[in-house]
Amino acid sequence: MAETVSITVDGVEIEVDRRLSLLQACELAGAEVPRFCFHDRLSIAGNCRMCLVEVAKAPKPVASCAQSLMDGMVVSTRSAVARKAQRSAMEFLLINHPLDCPICDQGGECDLQDQAMGYGAGISRYGEQKRSVQEKNFGPLIKTSMTRCIHCTRCIRFLDEVAGVPALGATGRGESMEITNYIEQGIASELSGNIIDLCPVGALTSGPYAFVARPWELVTTESVDVMDATGSNVRVDSRGREVLRVLPRLHEDINEEWISDKTRFAIDGLVRRRLDQPWVRGREGLGEASWEQALGAVCRRLENREATLVAAIAGDLVDCETLFAMKRLMAAMGSPHMDCRQDGMAADPAARASWLLNSTIAGIEDADACLLIGALPRREAAIVNARLRKRWLAGGFSVASVGPADDHSYPVTELGNIVDTLRRIEAGESPFPGATKPLVVAGKGALARNDGDAVLGAAARIADVLGAVQGDWNGFGVLNVAASRVGALDLGFVPAAGGLDTAGILAGAGSAVDTVFLLGADEIDTSNLGDAFIIYIGHHGDRGAAAADVILPAAAWTEKDATYVNLEGRPQRAQRAVFPPGEAREDWRILRALSGHLGIPLPFDDLDSLRQEMTGEVPHLGAIDTIMPAPWRSFGSTREMMDGPFVPAVGNFYRTCTISRASPTMSLATDAFLPGVLQSASCS
Amino acid sequence: MSLARGRPVAPEHQPDTFTFTKAKLEEAERIMARYPKGRTASAVLPLLDLAQRQAGWLPIAAMDTVADMLAMPRIRVYEVATFYTMFNLEPVGSYLVQVCTTTPCMLRDSDAVVEACRDRLGIDFDETTPDGLFTLKEVECLGACVNAPMVQINDDYYEDLDAGSMVAVLDALSRGETPQAGPQGGRHASEPHSGPRTLTGGD
Repeated sequence: MAETVSITVDGVEIEVDRRLSLLQACELAGAEVPRFCFHDRLSIAGNCRMCLVEVAKAPKPVASCAQSLMDGMVVSTRSAVARKAQRSAMEFLLINHPLDCPICDQGGECDLQDQAMGYGAGISRYGEQKRSVQEKNFGPLIKTSMTRCIHCTRCIRFLDEVAGVPALGATGRGESMEITNYIEQGIASELSGNIIDLCPVGALTSGPYAFVARPWELVTTESVDVMDATGSNVRVDSRGREVLRVLPRLHEDINEEWISDKTRFAIDGLVRRRLDQPWVRGREGLGEASWEQALGAVCRRLENREATLVAAIAGDLVDCETLFAMKRLMAAMGSPHMDCRQDGMAADPAARASWLLNSTIAGIEDADACLLIGALPRREAAIVNARLRKRWLAGGFSVASVGPADDHSYPVTELGNIVDTLRRIEAGESPFPGATKPLVVAGKGALARNDGDAVLGAAARIADVLGAVQGDWNGFGVLNVAASRVGALDLGFVPAAGGLDTAGILAGAGSAVDTVFLLGADEIDTSNLGDAFIIYIGHHGDRGAAAADVILPAAAWTEKDATYVNLEGRPQRAQRAVFPPGEAREDWRILRALSGHLGIPLPFDDLDSLRQEMTGEVPHLGAIDTIMPAPWRSFGSTREMMDGPFVPAVGNFYRTCTISRASPTMSLATDAFLPGVLQSASCS
Repeated sequence: MSLARGRPVAPEHQPDTFTFTKAKLEEAERIMARYPKGRTASAVLPLLDLAQRQAGWLPIAAMDTVADMLAMPRIRVYEVATFYTMFNLEPVGSYLVQVCTTTPCMLRDSDAVVEACRDRLGIDFDETTPDGLFTLKEVECLGACVNAPMVQINDDYYEDLDAGSMVAVLDALSRGETPQAGPQGGRHASEPHSGPRTLTGGD
């Protein structure tokens, strides 16, 4: 059978892939077809009847979303018949839809509003009682107004298909049909917020954003997310100085059009517990200071100090520009002690393949098997997990896991949380014989142990044994959880010759090192730093700031133009949506100013020249949205792995960084969905 | 029409657990064996029926049990159970009296039957007598129009009713008797009231 068919849409003849639906074909031909239930990435329901078009020789209008293509079809989307059918479908939809647009949060960005304008009759002939539906409890993130629901079932299908958490359904029938979870529990999916975007009316709206702003008041900035290492593309909507919401932006190779609930809802943490001015510790504890005083205090500490007594630890949200400036400053001072791995996660600084998800996220769809080693992707990289589920749904994909058991949202063969299983696989006992393109994905739970280098080595050898690296397929991957990590490793923000790593700095604090820069590093045990002098450069008053002797307030990810590299090794740019609060400044400017005070000025005065220097050193950081594949070579250690189970790297999905820990919404989500999780277990 | 279609009845009415009896479990396994492996969700209707016959109605715990047995999401079972009005989603009395009031029955004076039930039982539609014996429901056509008016009580049809025979049936049930199901006027099945007229000859 021919791959393509030729059809005529509104007089335009086109060749299209025969697997498309008629609606998609009409769009390709440039026609606009109204729809509510149809969505590219969901199964076809065909129940809103809004996409009716006229097909020649068909006895009645055809629902184009559910119509397959036939050669020679002649379609009209704008004929009198089609228009009348669309107008009538709209009239039926509006019968039970309340006319409450002025108090509806969807107002101004509502599919129903827009399409009623474009395809509706303009007046209503309906004079009877409208139906009303009780609100539902979908948890703290999603607000419901179920009377507005038009039963498109997108939310049901999304949770069923993409999220793999079948929480919603349609109960009852006819007039009494309702979209509900029936039992009153929230929707415990880390992707649940996406049903807000999918809802074509105002039935499902954002809980925290309720009645906050109208879409036309917002300024939209295109950016990338830092709540995990996935680098989801987002748009940041702000008004004045405040970020009001984050929505997904289409990127087929990363997040498609989904984002995790943490990405979407943690933003209220951006205005809480912020460091908005410098602080210097005096006899009576931390006191407010001016920039001059704070930088002066740092200079006094650093002047005439042996450079090897100074160390730097970078946190999980730090951008490449800052890391580059810090690395240069450390080099200028002559100190080798720096590390970007607060968690001590193993990576071979000489082998880039040892810290990337080499298959890429989109490449998951080419794989035919996946071995997870101490990785829980649903909690650690929800978007990657959605891709794994998508691959599983397509069939012919088996997943096995050595690590803590979890509900992955697709079936996983649990091989047990036993290190010995890895030794057996390495010895040739393949969990999926016959697989030609397997993935081997090691998580932080496996690599952030004392024997992380041994596990890394074993994982790499397993990748070789299973044939995960051959030809142009590299199925070995590390599931990073920190947004800064890949960029930092690419920049070589690791101990220089003779330098100490995070564990070494913490162990040597007070003796081998006595002055420590913390670049937004809050997930370390600061009590280990003893009486070392702590200079905290970051944006939130969390653990690091509490232990600091000098606090230099910096910008959060929505407040600076910055480069982040996602876990596939894809450099992307975040853009400034709002200005940093108060006296806070962009991180790299702080370091530049400090270098000036120290008399060792860094050779850049603006972002462009900084980036020029940076890409001169690491060229691929300048190739935005391009992945430079990493060559395969052996890495990791051959020493014996320790026995003992892997522990989950992310205990509480909702609270993993300074921003999400400061977010009241994330606290509510934790209480609602993870009632058993101890708040203290939320980091690291 | 049950009130509990949109959301379940209050937790205090919901039992914490539901377990099939041994006999019902064997029956359930026989039913599930009819379907191919991985397709046992098709058995959801007969299994819900089994559960309702055991508990009298379908508490959440019973629907969850069925969902888990059939390896299907619980919400899919709730959808099925709320779709079909023959599943009772709230507790009902030992005798579920379903009075038909659709046109043919109405023309044959189902109003009198309804009134008789209300008077005899002291309850209205969708209510249960305090002794837990009777629940009264109004239903649409049950397909016995030639014997209108009629009611369905549990699995039996009582037909050709009037106020008197309705009360007699209810009286018998409350005495613990099982009144003869079928037409209450004395005729056999739906033959003419004046006796057989065709196929009466011996040749």
